[in-house]
Amino acid sequence: MINHEWPLFEVFVRAKRGLNHVHVGSLRAADHEMALHHARDLYTRRNEGVSIWVVRSDQVASSSAEDKQAFFEPSGDKVYRHPTYYTIPGSVPHI
Amino acid sequence: MSTFEETIARDQRVEPGDEMPEAYRKTMIRQIAQHAHSEIIGMQPEGEWITRAPSLRRKAILLAKVQDEAGHGLYLYSAAETLGADRGDLTRRLIEGRQKYSSIFNYPTLSFADVGVIGWLVDGAAICNQVPLCRSSFGPYARAMIRICKEESFHQRQGYELLMTMMGGTPAQRDMVQDAVNRWWWPSLMMFGPPDDASPNSAQSMAWKIKRHSNDELRQRFVDMSVPQAEALGVTLPDPELAWNAGREHYDFGTPDWDELKRVISGDGPCNAERIARRRQADDDGAWVREAAQAFAAKRVPAP
Ligand SMILES: [Fe+2]
Ligand SMILES: [Fe+2]
Repeated sequence: MINHEWPLFEVFVRAKRGLNHVHVGSLRAADHEMALHHARDLYTRRNEGVSIWVVRSDQVASSSAEDKQAFFEPSGDKVYRHPTYYTIPGSVPHI
Repeated sequence: MSTFEETIARDQRVEPGDEMPEAYRKTMIRQIAQHAHSEIIGMQPEGEWITRAPSLRRKAILLAKVQDEAGHGLYLYSAAETLGADRGDLTRRLIEGRQKYSSIFNYPTLSFADVGVIGWLVDGAAICNQVPLCRSSFGPYARAMIRICKEESFHQRQGYELLMTMMGGTPAQRDMVQDAVNRWWWPSLMMFGPPDDASPNSAQSMAWKIKRHSNDELRQRFVDMSVPQAEALGVTLPDPELAWNAGREHYDFGTPDWDELKRVISGDGPCNAERIARRRQADDDGAWVREAAQAFAAKRVPAP
């Protein structure tokens, strides 16, 4: 039997102007246009969005869980990237 | 301690790409799939009343409610797919009887009062079950639950309001409400599952923080919430043993018919065959649409 399963799409919704699109879940659709319509019906039934992105799940590249350590560790020891690293006398205003 | 155990111990969420015990993955897929199937099958008992709703207002409300249940099913299939499950395969498992759904949806909806009682009691029980699941250890499941819980409150309130309207009507309408309450009360208590001492998988689910409260705890919570609501409505809950226990500060209540629950779960409820047949028919009837849409999409965008 031919697999007539539609491809999977990830859905991102901008809740309102001024905010980023945020991932809300996934759905199945035959193509992008249908994915947008389904996303509207599924994820914005109560005015939860003003804009939707859909992207095919198989097109998403992801950092892998296994080398999470190696991938994110380099930023761990760079404390000087944070403002709290620097001691400024309390008497200095607005800094 | 493995990363997984640490994540659980720190009360953090397990996410799809993480390493996790095979048994956890399997349990999660099974629980999410059963939950998804329940939402989808759950459209049927109330869906039958959409064309017979007594007013346009009630029809629009019921339509929106049933559409929400479809949405809940899809949020959950989406969560199951993050664990490598395949939506089409899960649907086949449901249709072939290899995966279960909530016992409650195997009871018939005999009058329009059933729509109200389902909203009040069945969605009410679902809320009791689902609110703690918003903190379930598997991230995509917990997030789906948050969305679902936000929508369930509308379901319960529209049901209760419907019943209040009927209780303000004729004696015949009040009788319809009482009759529906009599039929749905015990099956609603069964929605929390078997009693704790007969629920072997619960301990593991609690240890993995998939579940946060035992079946009996949640059932008690539901009874305590429902009694004053029944009083306000002016209906009697069909349990002669129901009484406030000042020592426990909870209501005492009778024992559900656990044999009935076993029968309904194992496929022998009043509507099991009908529900599955309907789901199978919808799947068969939709097959040509899925194929046509796919063929059309393939024609428009040549595969890379
Ligand atoms: Fe639901
Ligand atoms: Fe609901």
